[in-house]
Amino acid sequence: MAPVLQLDDVHTDIAQYQILHGVSLAIPQGGVHVILGRNGAGKTTTLRTIMGLWKARSGSVRFRGDDITRLSTPDIAQRGIAFVPENMGIFGGLTVEENMRLATKDGSFDTQRLNRVHGIFPAMAQFWTKPAHALSGGQKQMLAVSRAIIERRDLILVDEPTKGLAPAIIRNMITAFREIAEETTILLVEQNFYFAKALGQSVAVIDDGRIVHSGTMAELASDAGLQSRFLSLSLEAH
Amino acid sequence: MAQTTSAIGAAVPNSKAGRTFAGRVTVYGLVALIGLALALAPFLFPDVRSQEVAARICVFIVLVASYDLLIGYTGIVSFAHTMFFGLGAYGTAIAIKTMGPGFEAILLGGGIGIVAALVLALLIGLLSLRVKAIFFAMVTLAAASVMMVLASQLSDFTGGEDGITYSIPKLFAPATELLADADGKALRLFGVALNGKLALYYFVFISALVLFLGMLRIVASPLGSVLQAIRENEMRAEAIGYRVVVYRTAIFCIAAGVAACAGILRAVWLKYTGPEVVLSFDIMIDILLMVVIGGMGTMWGAVIGVVLMTLAQYYLKDLMALGAEASSALPIVPDLLNPERWLLWLGLCFILLVYFFPAGIAGTLMGKGVRR
Amino acid sequence: MTDTTASFRTRLTTGIDRFGGVLLLPVELAVIALLLIGQPSTWATLTIAGLAMGMMIFLMASGLSLIFGLMDVLNFGHSAFVTAGAFIGATVLGWLGFWVTGGNPALNLAGLLLAIAAATIFGGLAGWFFERVVIRPVYQDHLRQILITVGALIVAEELVLLIWGGAPIPVPRPAVLTGSLVLGGVSVEIYRIFAFALGLAVYVALYLVLNRTRLGLLIRAGVENREMVEALGFRIDRLFILVFMAGSALAAMGGAMWAGYQGLITAALGSEMMILVFIVVIIGGLGSIQGSLLGAILVGLMANYVAFLVPKMALASNMLLMMAILLWRPYGLLPAVKR
Repeated sequence: MAPVLQLDDVHTDIAQYQILHGVSLAIPQGGVHVILGRNGAGKTTTLRTIMGLWKARSGSVRFRGDDITRLSTPDIAQRGIAFVPENMGIFGGLTVEENMRLATKDGSFDTQRLNRVHGIFPAMAQFWTKPAHALSGGQKQMLAVSRAIIERRDLILVDEPTKGLAPAIIRNMITAFREIAEETTILLVEQNFYFAKALGQSVAVIDDGRIVHSGTMAELASDAGLQSRFLSLSLEAH
Repeated sequence: MAQTTSAIGAAVPNSKAGRTFAGRVTVYGLVALIGLALALAPFLFPDVRSQEVAARICVFIVLVASYDLLIGYTGIVSFAHTMFFGLGAYGTAIAIKTMGPGFEAILLGGGIGIVAALVLALLIGLLSLRVKAIFFAMVTLAAASVMMVLASQLSDFTGGEDGITYSIPKLFAPATELLADADGKALRLFGVALNGKLALYYFVFISALVLFLGMLRIVASPLGSVLQAIRENEMRAEAIGYRVVVYRTAIFCIAAGVAACAGILRAVWLKYTGPEVVLSFDIMIDILLMVVIGGMGTMWGAVIGVVLMTLAQYYLKDLMALGAEASSALPIVPDLLNPERWLLWLGLCFILLVYFFPAGIAGTLMGKGVRR
Repeated sequence: MTDTTASFRTRLTTGIDRFGGVLLLPVELAVIALLLIGQPSTWATLTIAGLAMGMMIFLMASGLSLIFGLMDVLNFGHSAFVTAGAFIGATVLGWLGFWVTGGNPALNLAGLLLAIAAATIFGGLAGWFFERVVIRPVYQDHLRQILITVGALIVAEELVLLIWGGAPIPVPRPAVLTGSLVLGGVSVEIYRIFAFALGLAVYVALYLVLNRTRLGLLIRAGVENREMVEALGFRIDRLFILVFMAGSALAAMGGAMWAGYQGLITAALGSEMMILVFIVVIIGGLGSIQGSLLGAILVGLMANYVAFLVPKMALASNMLLMMAILLWRPYGLLPAVKR
């Protein structure tokens, strides 16, 4: 099957610094796919380049076969990519409902989808009319993910969803992501190998702006040699 | 921000080295020429109006260069620079008015003015330099307006809108002979009388020169490098361990102090201090235009910008008046060329300059890009 | 900040919250003023004058605040819209002549509304031009933004001088709005009531748009995090030009109202008001119209009370108010973004 997302030799600069030195990546349809890498390796930049928030200097990003490299962020979003940024991008002054409503296509909720979201994250129903700044860190993360799935999307980009979350909430998130992955494709950026291992089907390791390894998660998870080569930092931490 | 750390190795190649060398030589040449012209101004341009222009240029070079410390080297936009300029001028003027025209009055009044400027700068800096740049711009704008209102309303001290007129130390009076010839008249050198007016000009010139060299020293010092590091990347500077607010406040105080010194020079030269000549928003606009036209963050740009703008102010208006007269038969054109409308043209040039040459004259010539 | 000032700040905040929070500050200010002034009728007149002035400043400030909040653009040229609005309003009132000064109240009001509408429409169109030509090329660059908008301000002021000249221009006031009403021994200028009502109507309209419509939801979200709004699929630049036009239109409307209030205007009107507008925006907190309203009313009241009590301190008092509020709440009383 054709990959839903394909990056070809993508170079991205921020100010005068070159961050991505030719990232190539193919994400197949369906399931959870993980990009692992240490801090500063270029994980976030990869996601932001896909989303058009930072523009690639060269190379191409193709989504469902179409070149989206030069499209504006809103256009990319409208083609069916949702983005959950590292800082979650919650609108604190808006209520949970308003946050979710913004993510719908025409400002009204599809009851069935809404019920499904509330089923995955019951806290969202509970705090429906509360201002989002009053939520806990974990609940904010849930809201950010809920926003990404309230409409059907073909691809969801998630940047380090476990950052700063308690282990119990991380386990919740694993269940939730598994359920979400049944209908869509998730591209996850992580440092937390435990979380990545539990979810990912395929994995790519990025370092210094290049993909240094890619393969199935099962292969990486079972091969201590590979792990120590590519993930020494992550493993020490977990 | 985390991504930047791993990729610092990839530096930008500097392909413009050759071109900027020629540009540098041009800038230094221009500045040297200006310096020479100012040093010899009384002999080169002995008429009264040229003297006015030369002295104004000296004072404004100091004022604008001190503003460049803020806007160019630190990235702070302040609208309160005339406030500090005014404090120096008013301090001097009030002291001379009450104590009589002596050097001790200038020293004391000017000193008080400088201290007041420093204290006020410290207060404003600590209060609002911790927040966004744009916030700071608004706070300083508000502070400057209040100072202007105070100056025009506390008329018992400041003379209100009319300002204060006073005499200055006898040494600087035109009737004073520095060297007398056989007839008891002031000795003439190359046809220029060595009188008090000459002494006054060189008092202004040398003070301005010393202040300018002092600022060059500051820019080249470690403090200057830290400030530029903060300007380039505030978060990184903070992460390395610099107390950003402290450094910013420090440079804000230094700039305020220097501006107050420029105010003293202005007050002594003009023998008059009023809201129009030291405090008005027009002067603030002038400073801003001068520093941007000349080139921010170069110090030399201040010199070039001041000379260009001042010459334009004094002589472009004459030109426009001629143009308005010549075109008086046409519709609208004479109105557009009315000398009073010269700011219209300057404003347009300014906008175009900020679009296309944000580094200003000196910056463009020297190949210094303005940060994006 | 050291611990002592921080705890002082907390104590001050809890203390003020106990007395109804920041929303009651204008009431507290009014009560203090009543004690200082003594005569209730004088106090009432000043209070009404302050509220009317506050509402007119609110018109000018709300747009600036929203524009800043949404796009991080501080338009130092905002006062040009105020000035332009004042002059256009005055000119239209002048053209309408008998409509305005004659005895027919309906025609009077129609004339005034026409003048205000002309100013407002011009403000909107000029805002569109300004955003496209002046601001758009320098998004994200605060330094150049400040410089360019200051440059544009200079040009705009010169254009006003070019068209209307430097001499003060009298503004005819509609006959129906001249004079005063006497209510319970307090004389109230009718124009002030009108100004207050118009300002309130605009506030309510803005409030409803921001809180009841999808457009408003987008604007509020954009004020907090415009990148995320784009990532959700919305063109924030289209949103911004809309807000910019609306903000400029409101500034021009405020200018026209202020022109009618003053009766005599010069090209310096905008820059004179701008100081107060900046103070209002800083006090209120950038990006929130509730904050702008609160700030504007505080500033309007303060200006009128102090002008009566210590005439020379009128502007300085607002400056001091701003300093005090900045010390207490560095982001203003009601900032838009809740962290």
